Amino acid sequence: MSEVIANNEVASAPVLIQQMDQLSSQGARAESPLYHADLASVAREGNQNGGVVLQEVALLGHLVLRGNINNAGFTSGVEKVLGMALPGSLQSAENGDVSLRWIAPDEWLLVVPGAQAFSIERELRDAMDGHIAIVNVSGGQTVLNLSGANARDVLMKSTGYDVHDRNFPVGKVVTTTFAKSQAVIRRTGEQSWELIIRRSFSDYLWLWLQDASAEFGLTVRT
Amino acid sequence: MFEIYCPHCQEYREEEEFHASGEAHISRPLDPDNCTDEEWAQFLYFRKNPRGVHHELWVHAAGCRKFFNITRDTQTYEIKETYKVGEQPTVTE
Repeated sequence: MSEVIANNEVASAPVLIQQMDQLSSQGARAESPLYHADLASVAREGNQNGGVVLQEVALLGHLVLRGNINNAGFTSGVEKVLGMALPGSLQSAENGDVSLRWIAPDEWLLVVPGAQAFSIERELRDAMDGHIAIVNVSGGQTVLNLSGANARDVLMKSTGYDVHDRNFPVGKVVTTTFAKSQAVIRRTGEQSWELIIRRSFSDYLWLWLQDASAEFGLTVRT
Repeated sequence: MFEIYCPHCQEYREEEEFHASGEAHISRPLDPDNCTDEEWAQFLYFRKNPRGVHHELWVHAAGCRKFFNITRDTQTYEIKETYKVGEQPTVTE
């Protein structure tokens, strides 16, 4: 019934990992998941003084880092390359335009400028050792910044998570339900939150956010 | 709606983020090739269905996506405790 699927010879051989730069070197046009919504035109022609301000930060590099927090080869590699320690549970860390979020006890989400995703992935692989994984998920999700005086009201309509100050201070990050989808929600300021959403749900959430913001007025920025 | 404490996120979260995954503490026979049909069937198919305290495997599906165990009263729906996989329950009756 069961077969031996690995022997010592295989296990001790060096592990070769296929790495590929997901950005085309041929100058192919990249489109964000909300390309069809033409947010630039909405920003130009739409409401300029809404209580809710929405901005898509498109085409960033998203890397999922997996590893054991007790593996020094993993944690020191992150610190060496990114200049910051892995954040603890429900916390995030930022260094310049690079940000790191706790997702699960052995999983972090790193967001970097789009063009740097491959070089940072390679630096991390060189600096880490042990049982780790890095996956580039840039094509699968996008970043929305939600801010303004009524941003919290929109969140309260959209998620069951408690977004009150006492439960959701600046810097905290939670993965939770959002509308009928899910989002990684991080509080980036007193009145600003960052949503990381799935590509396949981006159109639905764009429609949802327009509807949920309608009573406060929605301003789109680019 | 009620809230469930996730031992990995270390805070209470809405029930809708979680999903039940059946009975907890089911161990796979160490040597499947040489166990009896009865042992294999017990592992695959037979589950407890108690009235009262029950240990269940749950997953924080919309959060950290980790599995953990819940000790729950099937009669009152009261959650007695939650604990990580690999740990033993403190409430047994």
